Amino acid sequence: MPDCIELICIVCPVGCELRVTVQGDDIVVAGNKCPKGEQYAVHEVVSPVRFVQSTVRLLGSKTERRLPVKTDKPVPKDKVLQVAAAIRRLTCRVPVHLGEVIAENIEGLEVNVVATKTVTA
Amino acid sequence: MTVAVVGGGPAGMAAAISAKKAGALKVVLIERAERLGGVLPQCIHSGFGLSYFGQDLTGPEFAELLGREVEAIGVEVWLQSMVTEAYPDRSLLISRAEGISLLKPDAVIFAVGARERPRGAIAIPGSRPAGIYTAGTAQYMTNIQGYEVGKRIFILGSGDIGLIMARRFTLEGAKVEAVAELMPFPGGLSRNVQQCLKDFGIPLLLSHSVIEVMGRERVEAVKVAKIENGMPVAGTEKVYEVDTLVLSVGLLPEVELLRQMGLTILPYTNSVTVNQFFETEIPHVYVVGNGAGIWDLVDHVVVSASTAGAASVANWGVERSEAFVEPCRDVRLVIPQRILLGADEPPVLWFRAGKPLSVSKVTLLRGTEVLASRGYLSLRPAEMATFPLRKEHYEKLKPGDRLTLCVSEVGSDA
Repeated sequence: MPDCIELICIVCPVGCELRVTVQGDDIVVAGNKCPKGEQYAVHEVVSPVRFVQSTVRLLGSKTERRLPVKTDKPVPKDKVLQVAAAIRRLTCRVPVHLGEVIAENIEGLEVNVVATKTVTA
Repeated sequence: MTVAVVGGGPAGMAAAISAKKAGALKVVLIERAERLGGVLPQCIHSGFGLSYFGQDLTGPEFAELLGREVEAIGVEVWLQSMVTEAYPDRSLLISRAEGISLLKPDAVIFAVGARERPRGAIAIPGSRPAGIYTAGTAQYMTNIQGYEVGKRIFILGSGDIGLIMARRFTLEGAKVEAVAELMPFPGGLSRNVQQCLKDFGIPLLLSHSVIEVMGRERVEAVKVAKIENGMPVAGTEKVYEVDTLVLSVGLLPEVELLRQMGLTILPYTNSVTVNQFFETEIPHVYVVGNGAGIWDLVDHVVVSASTAGAASVANWGVERSEAFVEPCRDVRLVIPQRILLGADEPPVLWFRAGKPLSVSKVTLLRGTEVLASRGYLSLRPAEMATFPLRKEHYEKLKPGDRLTLCVSEVGSDA
């Protein structure tokens, strides 16, 4: 039995419902209305990646308890929960500025965690 | 001239910036909270700014960048200031730390946002235990206050905030059992169904609802069933043992101040009528953002609010004659509902389909006469679409014309 994966294409607002069949090295995409859908589906099946956004504990601020953060590059989809768990263990101290690196090379994935907000006091 | 903008979320900030850019001498941005940004600071996920800033930003980033523009351009920001009453002559009663004052600006832009539909509005039977939250409240508790809302969660309603929170709870280590949606199609954007539910194997139960909440002190379980014709289908009931029920069942525009000004509320936007510059029936009074009807993308909110900001200055003293637009058949809502005639640029009509449609034709009718029509590959209720009117069609409109915007499915191209 070949694997059949169902996806919703997110390349454009049409949102085609894609059916991807993997048979050995062959990947067959159905349901796409344009070539971008096929590209997206193949990418999703072969090496799906996601950006991760979360918050970390913020120390020293009078007004904020959490600092919102994101990964500066996408991480492999199967590492998302691992990265989220690692981010949960981080803390940060004010002042911190938008874009500042909070943690380097998280989980050895060559991806940094950066602040998405400036908190100075 | 002075322009007052009520509400410092994305719509209010964008309106204030564009009013200042258009040449308003003084722009006052009045915000109830101690900071600008509205709901954006708690929306820590990405997907904002693709059209306005040309990059994919998180909510806090979008708010911070827009806030810098507000500051740089010289908008006067009044924080911890609340408009408690609004009068038909445009004057505003404002409560501030300094005391209560009356402001009478030359134009007012309301950017007051929306509120979540609470449990009471959807009548779920059962007990009243702790552990039931609206999605936005759960988002605030998780992302701003840093609380763990629950460990095993059921989400009712597939609006975007509910979908986003399903992923958020999962990343925080909670287990989301399922999302139930009363309608046969999802309420949120496709990309959120994919990236927030499918990515984590969270089931989406379409045509399902919670029919009972169980538990005395705290939620212990919810009973869920398939719904047909508004009734639970016997034999489809399933009990989910959860400690938390999150509701994502829609937003309602905040219209208290608009009501006070004597404006009438439309049943299909739950807000007042506006023209293409987001001006209400009271000249020089505007309403933008979710206060004017619920939008799905902050980029659209910011673009439409900018239109109002510029118009609040540029249209000063223009003679007004209008045509009127109503949604019909499978068009659920249309914004604007009034078209000001004689403007330099033809208007863009924003509309939302009432159900998912494949290849479709949307027509603007005057009685039975077709004024303009456009084709669409697909239309979804979760996604606001645009119908830009061409100049030659705009010029055909006469004062008092009553138009309807209709959609008909041409057929599937599958």
